[in-house]
Amino acid sequence: MSINFSGTDRYIADPQLLADVNAAIVLQKPLLVRGEPGTGKTMLAEAVAESLNMTLVRWHIKSTTKAQEGLYTYDVVQRLNDSRFGGGDVSNIRDYIKMGPLGQAFTSQEQVVVLIDEIDKADIEFPNDLLRELDEMAFFIPELNEQVTAIQRPIVLITSNAEKELPDAFLRRCLFHYIDFPNETRMIDIIHSHLGDIDSDLLQTAIQRFYRLRQVDGLRKKPSTSELLDWIKVLIATGVRPEVAEQNLPFLSTLIKREQDIEMLKNTRRRRY
Amino acid sequence: MFLAFLYALRGEGILVGAAQWLTLLKGLSQGLGTTVNTFYGFARSVVCCSETDFDAYDKAFVIIFKDAVDWGERLNLEFSEELLDWLKRQPDVVGELVTPDIDVDELWRELEKRLQEQTEEHHGGSRWVGTGGTSPFGHSGRASHGIRVGGSSKNRSAIAVAGERNWGTYRTDTQLDQRDLQMVLKQLRQLTPTGDWELDIPQTIRRTVHNGGEIELEFVRERVNRIHLVLLLDSGGSMEPYAQMVEQFFTAFSEAKGFKSFQAWHFHNVPYGKLYNSDGQESMLTLLQQWTPQHRVVWVGDACMAPYELMAPTYFSNMRGLDWIVRVQEKCPKSVWLNPESQQYWNHPTIRSIGETVPMYPLTLDGLSQAVQQM
Repeated sequence: MSINFSGTDRYIADPQLLADVNAAIVLQKPLLVRGEPGTGKTMLAEAVAESLNMTLVRWHIKSTTKAQEGLYTYDVVQRLNDSRFGGGDVSNIRDYIKMGPLGQAFTSQEQVVVLIDEIDKADIEFPNDLLRELDEMAFFIPELNEQVTAIQRPIVLITSNAEKELPDAFLRRCLFHYIDFPNETRMIDIIHSHLGDIDSDLLQTAIQRFYRLRQVDGLRKKPSTSELLDWIKVLIATGVRPEVAEQNLPFLSTLIKREQDIEMLKNTRRRRY
Repeated sequence: MFLAFLYALRGEGILVGAAQWLTLLKGLSQGLGTTVNTFYGFARSVVCCSETDFDAYDKAFVIIFKDAVDWGERLNLEFSEELLDWLKRQPDVVGELVTPDIDVDELWRELEKRLQEQTEEHHGGSRWVGTGGTSPFGHSGRASHGIRVGGSSKNRSAIAVAGERNWGTYRTDTQLDQRDLQMVLKQLRQLTPTGDWELDIPQTIRRTVHNGGEIELEFVRERVNRIHLVLLLDSGGSMEPYAQMVEQFFTAFSEAKGFKSFQAWHFHNVPYGKLYNSDGQESMLTLLQQWTPQHRVVWVGDACMAPYELMAPTYFSNMRGLDWIVRVQEKCPKSVWLNPESQQYWNHPTIRSIGETVPMYPLTLDGLSQAVQQM
């Protein structure tokens, strides 16, 4: 297969991640991407879609999401309403069937990228309900007595924050990639790709402060890439000098989002970090 | 090809299935992972389902491909510095495994012999049957393995406890898995219709359709889980070997959704009127007043202690330890006791008396399942 993902200008991926995405494309298997929040799992899908010039179909999972919703929904209430109060032709059930994200991907004439975002948010049975659909890339609509088979097998990317363990049967069907937290050198690349050229003193200071902050024990939520980006943006916008940023940690609330963490840092500040 | 690698992976505890292996071979035939470096990454993405598998994967990889470095040099293959360095740095992993250097039968024969020779009580030292010391016989000793003679195993290293080994169920990798636990706990969700009346949309639609399109409204009452869950954990010294298991169990319980309330308390061996949690302590009398028969109390403990701890009144209270357990049971009759100790050791006086008061189940998936049904 000639399709090959090699990252984009704005998305810096490590070689192993590139290899795994390409393996998923070749093998036509879903790629499960796991890692700390803020390591760019969701952005990966955008980057893949952009670089391969494909449409990205997103499916954000919530705790109430049902597997069925990803395939299609049948709006019976609308149909009933139309039949009672006269609003359009109710004889065609097809008009009341609405494709979900997976359904759209299967019926698309062109190959698309499907992102199933934060699959671990859903009920623990959820991934099992999608096994067959992801394996065969097909599902059945009883209302229409019709089989929907993928015209072009989509590239499926699944992200998980590891809040819940996923079922083994599901894991075995996916390729797995763990996104490690980027090290300082890669972080500098990432920042450059987002913010362009910035004052190197400020960048150095910010990054050092950031990694030291991540090492503080007992933080409930460690700051991640997106928080660092926000912080640097604020520092630039307000013109804070590097020395000040070093000493006072201005705008701490852009980095640390939990009240307890801020309290804890204030208390341990002089001693620890 | 690579079959040895498959079994090495399985040997390290990564249970690679045939389908995954076929995926790997398919990938190889399509040109993925053709150098050792890319193979390392590609195979990992196929066979590992979690980053916790990575370490085991590395071990298996080293075992099989240790020699590949030499081969690579001979064949002029390219290796990244990183991988090369790492392959060379790895110690011989097989050596880490602790293999008993004494045969079990031989140990038994030796025990018999020494028992005949020995004429007096013996504690400490390295040869005779007794307590402490490093002799392989006796109990509470520090020999890396041996036969336990009476007493309780302190260091959990006897390769033969009265002839058979039954710790297999407690190996970490076969232990209760979070997910399994939560599945079992789901059975506890007994929903009872008690809430407000609300429109049952699916049923209304069904009725309406059956009624030829004439709208027929159907109401149901909101369903609420009325079960309150109380977890009482023994944090006594004899529970230490099970600490991790209990912790997992605790997490599963506290994350289980849909209970009306959840509380957890600690006690030491047996509750003497007070229970503890991270915020402090609470008198059991107060708690007993708050609890209702809707509260399900789950005791977790090995119920193993000196009989006087359970049966004798303490100097500050004339209630025996057992009396407190009885009172809890009277107030919340649908309570259970989960015991991490293997069922074959339940013939202990205190385990028996507690087991007669509270239905006792082993702290395994099956045991929990039965316990949930009891509740």
